[in-house]
Amino acid sequence: MMKGRSLFQKMAAAPHIVWAVLFIVAPMLFVIYFAFTDVNGKFSFANILSLSQYSNVFVLSIAFALIATVVCLIIGYPLAYFMAKSKPKTQRVLLVLLMLPMWCNLLIRTYALMALLDNGGLLNSLLESVGLNKLYIVGSDFGVIFGMIYDFLPYMVLPIYTVMSKLDKRYMEASADLGCNSFQTMTKVIMPLSVSGVISGITMVFVPSISTFYISQKLGAGKIDLVGDTIERLFQNLSTYNVGAAISLIMMILIIISVSIMNRFSDDDGGMII
Amino acid sequence: MKIFSKFYMFLIFAILYAPIAVLIVFSFNDAGSLSEFSKFSLTWYEELFADEEAMSALKNSLILAISSSLIATVIATFGALGLHHMRKKYIKASITSVTNIPMMNPDIVTGISMMLLFVAVAKITESESILGFGTMLIAHVTFNLPYVLLSVMPRFNQLDRSLSEAAQDLGCTPARAFFKVELPQIVPGIISGMMLGFTLSLDDFVISHFVNSPNFQTLPLYVYNQTVHNVKFSMYALSALIVFVILAILLIVNFSSVKKLPKKRCRRVN
Repeated sequence: MMKGRSLFQKMAAAPHIVWAVLFIVAPMLFVIYFAFTDVNGKFSFANILSLSQYSNVFVLSIAFALIATVVCLIIGYPLAYFMAKSKPKTQRVLLVLLMLPMWCNLLIRTYALMALLDNGGLLNSLLESVGLNKLYIVGSDFGVIFGMIYDFLPYMVLPIYTVMSKLDKRYMEASADLGCNSFQTMTKVIMPLSVSGVISGITMVFVPSISTFYISQKLGAGKIDLVGDTIERLFQNLSTYNVGAAISLIMMILIIISVSIMNRFSDDDGGMII
Repeated sequence: MKIFSKFYMFLIFAILYAPIAVLIVFSFNDAGSLSEFSKFSLTWYEELFADEEAMSALKNSLILAISSSLIATVIATFGALGLHHMRKKYIKASITSVTNIPMMNPDIVTGISMMLLFVAVAKITESESILGFGTMLIAHVTFNLPYVLLSVMPRFNQLDRSLSEAAQDLGCTPARAFFKVELPQIVPGIISGMMLGFTLSLDDFVISHFVNSPNFQTLPLYVYNQTVHNVKFSMYALSALIVFVILAILLIVNFSSVKKLPKKRCRRVN
């Protein structure tokens, strides 16, 4: 006999739902509320309209995040492929090597990179000692993009590697039997089958890249202003919370749009909303 | 091809590890310079351990990570139970989607949204500032929820419903049937969710940055405050220590007989 749901089963999700409403939905509503009100709490479009002065910041952030994502994909895809083709024992070692930086705090990784590349750092003193010119990487656009690539590359490699290591080897053999060379097997078999890994890798690099502020603070030496920096700065002062909320709202919408476009290309729906 | 792939992997991992290696080596540098290594010394480690602020930040981080992962695990486990028994599919889907928002959003948006909530509450209750341990705890529980739910939910879906019904036929109340029959089967999911929450909480900087108060600092916030303006060599020592601890844990987990401990699930993984 099928039993009806008991009170216990009905009420079990209640704390979860209350928590989600209070601390996930309500904060989002406050972002919208602040974005559409002025300092005195009156409804206004002024914040949204004032965003045009930040269009450069948006363009720069999107460009940086796109470049970082594309470079991570170009570097990371072959790495994941080679890792997945290694011997099982080597794979375990490589996986630990890949995961160690992921487990390290982002601040520490960025700080370490800065220590190496800084104008008075090891790289430059080595260059000087062999009579070459100093490289002023910290404080340049290149420095910030390099920082994003360095920090987020493992997040691109891991999902692609995970998908590839689960691929059935017989697919590759079948493709070879049917006359494909290794390049054709790559483009016609392996690449289409690893799309879901690529999509989740792209999301995991793009989203933190477009919203970062620590990387641009450290490796941009304060000279480069991204959306993240702008939001962080505006939220240090009570009078600019409203503009900050408006920028955050726009960024959120941008990300939702780009993630949902990306998910169109992926057929697995596990975990992703939208 | 074989040689090329080996060379390629070596090159990328070398670049990935060069800064970490430099950081570790120079944390032992007596001179406190990044360009010249004078002689081996533990000066910076001594300075770090003498720093009370660092020690209390470590303590705060652990307290926060343990309490937030425990609370999130309890809430999300019962949440998963409730969702599992829910009949209306669309309600189930919308609750899951809402829970996933902190996982989808960039951390900075989650951080400022929580901050705005706390600011508004402080304004309404006319108190000075409510930021502190409480708000940090709320924020950490909130961003841990989707990860715990994601690791517990599949376990519920694998459960055989007839077992719980059998227990109830044999005289258990539904609550007792849950604790006696279903809970033991979902324990692995609960543990991996809790560990995931623990590590995410320990690691979080961005969200904490917006909801913290100066009297409750966690380790990442401490590192941030120390590195805002100048280079501090005791921070190299701290970073090197963290790298060693993580390496030890990873080696134990991956090469010991305990095989199925959870890997750190990356944020936003599908």
